[in-house]
Amino acid sequence: MKYVDEYRDARLVRTLARAIRETVQHPWTIMEICGGQTHAIVRFGLDRLLPPEISLIHGPGCPVCVTPISAIDAAIRLASLPHVTLCSFGDMLRVPGSADDLLGVKARGGDIRTMYSPLEALKLAQTMPSREIVVFAVGFETTAPAHAMLVLEAQRAGLTNLSLIVAHVRVPPAIKAILASPENRVQGFLAAGHVCTVMGYEEYEELVRTFRVPIVVTGFEPVDILEGVLMLVRQLEAGEASVHNQYARSVDRAGNRKAQHLVDTVFELGPQHWRGIGELPSSGLRLKPRFAHFDALQRFAASLHPSAATVHEKSECYSGLVLQGRLKPHECPSFAARCTPDHPLGAPMVSSEGACAAYYRYRPPTSSAARP
Amino acid sequence: MSEPSPCTMHCPVPSPEADTIRLAHGGGGRLTHALTQEVFLPAFENPVLASLHDGALLSLGNGRLAFTTDSYVVQPLCFPGGDIGSLAVHGTVNDLAMCGAQPRALSAGFIIEEGLSKRMLEQIVASMAQAAKAVDIPIVCGDTKVVDHGKGDQLFITTSGIGIVPDGIEIAPSRIRPGDRILLSGDIGRHGIAVLSSRAGLTFAGEIASDSAPLHTIVADVIAHGIDVHCLRDLTRGGLGSALNELAISAAVSMVIDEAHIPVSDAVRGACEILGLDPLYVANEGRCVLFVPPQDSLRALSVLRRHPVSQNAADIGEVHHAPATPHARVILQTIIGTHRIVEFLSGEQLPRIC
Repeated sequence: MKYVDEYRDARLVRTLARAIRETVQHPWTIMEICGGQTHAIVRFGLDRLLPPEISLIHGPGCPVCVTPISAIDAAIRLASLPHVTLCSFGDMLRVPGSADDLLGVKARGGDIRTMYSPLEALKLAQTMPSREIVVFAVGFETTAPAHAMLVLEAQRAGLTNLSLIVAHVRVPPAIKAILASPENRVQGFLAAGHVCTVMGYEEYEELVRTFRVPIVVTGFEPVDILEGVLMLVRQLEAGEASVHNQYARSVDRAGNRKAQHLVDTVFELGPQHWRGIGELPSSGLRLKPRFAHFDALQRFAASLHPSAATVHEKSECYSGLVLQGRLKPHECPSFAARCTPDHPLGAPMVSSEGACAAYYRYRPPTSSAARP
Repeated sequence: MSEPSPCTMHCPVPSPEADTIRLAHGGGGRLTHALTQEVFLPAFENPVLASLHDGALLSLGNGRLAFTTDSYVVQPLCFPGGDIGSLAVHGTVNDLAMCGAQPRALSAGFIIEEGLSKRMLEQIVASMAQAAKAVDIPIVCGDTKVVDHGKGDQLFITTSGIGIVPDGIEIAPSRIRPGDRILLSGDIGRHGIAVLSSRAGLTFAGEIASDSAPLHTIVADVIAHGIDVHCLRDLTRGGLGSALNELAISAAVSMVIDEAHIPVSDAVRGACEILGLDPLYVANEGRCVLFVPPQDSLRALSVLRRHPVSQNAADIGEVHHAPATPHARVILQTIIGTHRIVEFLSGEQLPRIC
């Protein structure tokens, strides 16, 4: 299959792994930002093809994992209302809130629809005028343009029964926070190819200048990831720090200007709480004041009011450390024991981009007693 | 039976000409009788059913009796490559075939939600009858119930089946041995993607047709060629990954499969790549795995490949001794030569965000 097979070519993978081994001379710590890359690394065992000098750290790029628990609790509260239909990406449905998840609400009769494209919500709002359609708008820069388009189309159609819980996050502030932390160990980044397809990589040039850390925009297949690592290691060994683009078949420097324009039209930057990490300035998107009537949290403020007090994270869950790259999933004491995909303590165990789910699914825990 | 005189008082019984199924069609009265006479009996026509006895009396001959039952719930009722009716025949025939049984007779239970169009019911019953005729296995008894609107999902079908396992045939997970080759009867994932794309209107998936098909003929042919089949398992909801995990647990063995040898069509792969699904866990309704001794594997493959339903059969791996750790039951050698585990699917596969 085109665009897949050539990037999963065993011979090319071996050639790249050899080139990395021949290039590396010093120990380097590299973070892959995106959870999709984490899954590819664990699924294909790419980290095991690397020389011991290279240590891969899994980054916070799992949109489901970093969505704040308060947003999930709000979605759960709204989905439980009899006149509300909640539209969500499938990935969010199993993520635990304070006390429940969206699949639990669905099982009790909540009207929750898995959407493949946010524009499906537009049709629902038009065909079910007596119901309130609430879209759980999560994701990085990848999904933001589609949600912006939804708002603009809803505005154009004059829909008054559609609103969004906006919990969008942006990658560059997260990289900045990691680099600015006194505990930072990351010396180079594999940036997320899909995010850069939309945003380009101009934003990363500023980060590289400030922190003198190389960044390689990288794709998601084994050949992509190993080539991205090779491009990083070459820079690191040469003492250089630039933004390079491995994923040139999809990404250019400017990105998708049309998509960016949509996002800029509808959203503005704001502080955002990242689950497990904390609040990062300018790391989120919120509706501009002229679109505030599409904000579900405002529209349903009365129904949501008492929920703020109920927010709590499970204390046994170390997903914050995992998301910051400070703990590998299998090093967590709850991993595969008290925390499994069937009984998750935290979001990274259930998301298809979560690091804990990747380790559980593809890599046996070292202790045989760890699993049921 | 003569037509009763028309009601003179206000009568809740709907008109028999109604084009939708009403509660009264399941009430056990005249409309139930009419539905049986008009829809089911002509479609499933056979002498045993026509006797309209409380039970079917069958002469089955020698051998051990295999007996299975399965319920079918699918939305939409009709999808590319099949419908709930053909599925209900193929699924139960396949369950019998997986025991090494020659299927002999099926029963069919219908739970119909009030409001289903009679035309839709007739279409599904016709498809079911056609599927049963194609495999030459009669539907010899059945039942119909109608539930209130909103209490069902249009139509549920339960089929049970009986078959005869010839003497000397022993096909069971307990016979799986280290060294056995694992054969897969064809490419995986078609049914799941066909249903998903017709449910969600995913036009990018193209017209991927379900693989729904009966497998008893290929099983009988493999056995007829003297191949000592140790175990068979049809791949249904949980896909190949879950089926192998179940068998590895039952047989207390581990298995190593080779990703490069697992056939997946480009259309299914493409849909899975876009949605973030793993074809190993996508549903199938006309595929099975066969465990055969290594010396029989080439012959088994050549027999399988003579049948259109299994023309893409492949040798995908080997059975090994019990795993060192319980979760390393099924190991996949990836396309790039590395190894990973294949776990049970947890819950449903959910499409990813980006």
